Amino acid sequence: MAVRSEELGDSGTLMYPSRIKLQYTWHAGKVGSRFYREIRDHCKIWGTKCPQCERIYLPPRETCPRCYCSMDEWVEVSDVGTLLTYTVTRYAVPGIQPQEPPYALGIIKLDGASTGLMHLLGEVELDNIRVGMRVKAVFRDAREGNYLDIKYFRPLGS
Amino acid sequence: MGKVGIIGVAQTKYRRYNPASHAEMAYQVTREALEDAGLTIEDMDNTVTVCNDFWDGRTISCMTITEATGSHRVPTTNVEGDGTYGALMGAMRILSGLHKVTLVVAQSKLSEGIPSVITNAMFDPVYERVLGVDAINSSALQMRSYMSKYGVTEEQCAKVSVKNHRNAKANPYAHLPLDITVEDVLKSRVLADPIKLLDASPVSDGACAIIMAEEETAKKRYSKPIWVKGIGHCADAYHLGDRDLAEVDALASAARRAYKMAGIKNPMKEIDVAEVYDAFSYMELMWMEGLGLCGRGEAGAMVDSGLTELGGALPINPSGGVLSAHAVQVAGLARIAEAVLQLRGEANARQVEGARVALAHGIEGACGQGHCVFVLEN
Amino acid sequence: MKNRVSIVGVGQTHHRSKNTDCKGQELISIAVKRALESAELNMADIDAIVIGNMDHFESINYVDMWSVDGSGGYMKPIMKVTTGGTTGSAVGHAAFYHVASGLFDTVLAIGWEQNSESDTTAAISTCFDPITEREFCGGAIGPLAAQYTAYMSKYGATEEDAALVSVRDHNNAAKYNPYAHLRQMITTEEVMKSPYISYPIKLLDMCPRTDGACAIVFAGEDRARKTADRPAWVLGVGDCHILVNVADGIGLANLPSLEAAAREAYQMAGIINPFKQFDVAELYIPASTAGVCWMEALGLCEEGGGPRLIRSGATEMGGELPINPSGGVLATNPIGATGLLRIGEAALQVMGKAEQKQVDGAKVAVATGFGGCFWSDVTVISSLPQLN
Repeated sequence: MAVRSEELGDSGTLMYPSRIKLQYTWHAGKVGSRFYREIRDHCKIWGTKCPQCERIYLPPRETCPRCYCSMDEWVEVSDVGTLLTYTVTRYAVPGIQPQEPPYALGIIKLDGASTGLMHLLGEVELDNIRVGMRVKAVFRDAREGNYLDIKYFRPLGS
Repeated sequence: MGKVGIIGVAQTKYRRYNPASHAEMAYQVTREALEDAGLTIEDMDNTVTVCNDFWDGRTISCMTITEATGSHRVPTTNVEGDGTYGALMGAMRILSGLHKVTLVVAQSKLSEGIPSVITNAMFDPVYERVLGVDAINSSALQMRSYMSKYGVTEEQCAKVSVKNHRNAKANPYAHLPLDITVEDVLKSRVLADPIKLLDASPVSDGACAIIMAEEETAKKRYSKPIWVKGIGHCADAYHLGDRDLAEVDALASAARRAYKMAGIKNPMKEIDVAEVYDAFSYMELMWMEGLGLCGRGEAGAMVDSGLTELGGALPINPSGGVLSAHAVQVAGLARIAEAVLQLRGEANARQVEGARVALAHGIEGACGQGHCVFVLEN
Repeated sequence: MKNRVSIVGVGQTHHRSKNTDCKGQELISIAVKRALESAELNMADIDAIVIGNMDHFESINYVDMWSVDGSGGYMKPIMKVTTGGTTGSAVGHAAFYHVASGLFDTVLAIGWEQNSESDTTAAISTCFDPITEREFCGGAIGPLAAQYTAYMSKYGATEEDAALVSVRDHNNAAKYNPYAHLRQMITTEEVMKSPYISYPIKLLDMCPRTDGACAIVFAGEDRARKTADRPAWVLGVGDCHILVNVADGIGLANLPSLEAAAREAYQMAGIINPFKQFDVAELYIPASTAGVCWMEALGLCEEGGGPRLIRSGATEMGGELPINPSGGVLATNPIGATGLLRIGEAALQVMGKAEQKQVDGAKVAVATGFGGCFWSDVTVISSLPQLN
């Protein structure tokens, strides 16, 4: 890590700009991997279902957070759902944003799922997004098995 | 619950950039809290530091302030969460009977990092993180959800910002004392709709320390110990889509626990002043509901009525709150420090007259996933 | 102590160098479910959770919040404790205080790490001061190596003494611990022939990095009597963070933080003759050299007596004071869990539930935690609520 000092004006204190550069390889685990395989290979969205409370979770997980029991059952949910909430990000943060702002984010309750899925909204007028809008997933043509294989959700009927 | 008294408090003045290092800030508040309590570092028989590796840009971040807080001399631990959780650990160590006096110190320097990158790291790297979601746009999702469900307006949220920035003028520690109007807030730059610049807290450098003591020590050494009467903490589900973002069940659970311990049955009537974690203007409204100060969806009307102003029935954030000064990890402990000053009658220009019972609150995670509530009495 | 604290259940994952089957929360839930099973409790019985890991290894901020799917923390009180390498034992102590305070009755402590998700040494190096130290303090090994060089010089200890520790711990894991990460039998020759990482520490002297999790159920007296036929009682805890700048500690042959933490824990527990009173020890030995030069800090031998103690065979299984029947850190090192595993293994011993690792008749145990910044934790555990 190269370190150089910059004098800060008249206050007389030095500042050293630096970066922490660490590489990571996160494990999706068996459940996450299956979720992404279904998206990548079949453009299908699957969640896991709790045998006790019968909630269907997206993103899918191994253990039901409420009942704390293992979930073995997979259920396909629709790629169409209702927009629960949204926002349009209008500030730039280099390195973490998937698109140049302004871009829209929302939480979508897909038909058949018990939980909402956070994702991008596209093909939409940024000033014309409404809670309760019906939206549909748009998949990328070239998919790799990750969250952005779903390009975004677009309003139905657009 | 056994008796734990708070006998010393100190805060740095919160600012955008504090040229002091982490250790220097921690040392300053440690020294000042000790002075406030009339004690020396030798009187501390254990410490709790509150440091976060991401915000400090260091793994084992508590190493930076170990010596500055005297933590190298006595049993110590580090809570990585809001300062209220650090105070909870400090209280538990005393209630165990194994320690008599705990120093709790929290610090952070947001000037050193890129806050959005650091809060983006709250989100799951296998799922949502790639969406560029951070504290601001995730909170915008919550604000929209809350407004949509209960008809709360941007104006009502703006009133919180106006109130708190104005209150901050009476707080020598505050980062952003401002004279603004509702219109100023509504016209301020949109960050992520519906959150505008003046709906959001600043990023601040700062530190805070409190000294907690068991009953005998507190009574013997200090004339006005402020007693911790109840504490509660609770966490909601993790993925934002798992939660009803307009609801405050985890806070309600934490508050219930704290109220039960403190014997509070009607919080609106029995609490004289509240310092809550308003990282964004809308949050003060939501937390009022979670704390049972009014029914769900009714906080907007309460703000309209002026009940939460400095001269109102239940002043909220007379210090200016987090909207006026936001050193992450510190801000919850600062709420406790402010509540203590109120109950001692030492809050000067921001004093709520005759305050006897105060509430201090901190949050953890995205959109207030976790909450920690303290009820204090003099 | 106003409220007695016990341990009624322990669970851990089968530790591996790379657990790709599991996402972090899933790794956590394996350990938690096993701990609940071991205690014969449900998640509904848990009043509060304390969790810890080292942030930079997985790069997840606010793990206490992120982990609720795995920890069972939905709508429960949760907090995070992190202190570097001692995180696991600090989490254990935090859970101890939750119960000892009387505020909570049944508390779940969780330590975990998925080290394979990052470059461990690079991540650890961020603990050094970015302005004065980070450029040259290579990871955790350097200071440990310098310490043993000083000890060898002062007391005549040798690399062979350390190799004996490595053989003991590795072979214990191979023979007795199906959960351990490394389970190969090794010989002193193999240790001595392994390449130097940082003189005098060689490859086979050093701990691995592991993916794994550990969960322990701490309980107050009422819960203890209701659930476990033989709970493990936590009689003493000590935490010491004496050093801050690595350079302050280089050249020291001993470990002052371990001495101080031991003093604190022993006083609380009533331990006055550790070598005689302890039946088994689960010690956080991150490099075999530490297994020689830290023994006196715990009062297990005279000053400079580490080599004599190790060569006497007293610390082997079947000896007077077996150390690390589980194989310890040299066999398994999921950093956020490692310190908690020592407490868990010690508890299993006095509960009589250590299975193949069981030291017969173990009634009093000591567990330690260590962090690369030379911090230490000590826990004294017994099958009795107090020592006679």
